[in-house]
Amino acid sequence: MMFQRRPSSDPLWTDEFSVETAKERYVTRRQFSKFLVLTSFGMLAGNLWILIRSLRYRPSVYPAIPVARLGEIPVGGVKQFRYPAAEDTCLMVRTGPDRYVAYSQKCTHLSCAVIYSQANNRLECPCHDGYFSVDDGRVLQGPPPRPLPKVMLEQRGDELVAVGLDRNAEL
Amino acid sequence: MERQQPRLQRQGLTAIDGAISLIVILLMVQMWLLTAALEALLAGHHETALPAALISGVIFSACWVLFLFVDKIDADVRQR
Repeated sequence: MMFQRRPSSDPLWTDEFSVETAKERYVTRRQFSKFLVLTSFGMLAGNLWILIRSLRYRPSVYPAIPVARLGEIPVGGVKQFRYPAAEDTCLMVRTGPDRYVAYSQKCTHLSCAVIYSQANNRLECPCHDGYFSVDDGRVLQGPPPRPLPKVMLEQRGDELVAVGLDRNAEL
Repeated sequence: MERQQPRLQRQGLTAIDGAISLIVILLMVQMWLLTAALEALLAGHHETALPAALISGVIFSACWVLFLFVDKIDADVRQR
């Protein structure tokens, strides 16, 4: 009599395989709040990482590289060049007889290559229809969160020389 | 006395649910803060990192205090 099974609605096999899955999956409010606090700690760690990156930041020193000759491209024309490194492609646009502007070609959204649209006089990203002003690189439309980095140009003799990159270029 | 027990438990659960709701709201603010700080870092605005980290620390402390509150209420309700 001692070994008789107690009346229960559970199937017989649960006695032999005593895995209490339902109880194991049950999460108490205390456990849940502990998980939330750990998530909060993770985000604090992320903010601290950003702070450390900011404190260790040193302004970059850019080389001076000749990128074009005066009059080499027509008004409304475009020239592609690489600055400051060989893998960083940039676009120079001649917007007027004496006016040249240059920007990084990487869209600030997902790094697709932007192209110059002469018809609309703007820089366009074909991936997600992000548009940038050709005058100052600011975002006109679309998902890009930041303006295009602007390449600083200097005229030296009859040459245009890239001397720096302004990543904060915005109005 | 026996009828008071479920009432106390209910009150305790309500307090815990309120605290968890507050923690969730604070987490959403902290998540927004983290994305904004990262966005500012990528845009080259390094001056925003310190205030963002400080506020994130304050939010984490508030979450921690709320967790202690939940823990205490939970322990109280279980003891009675």
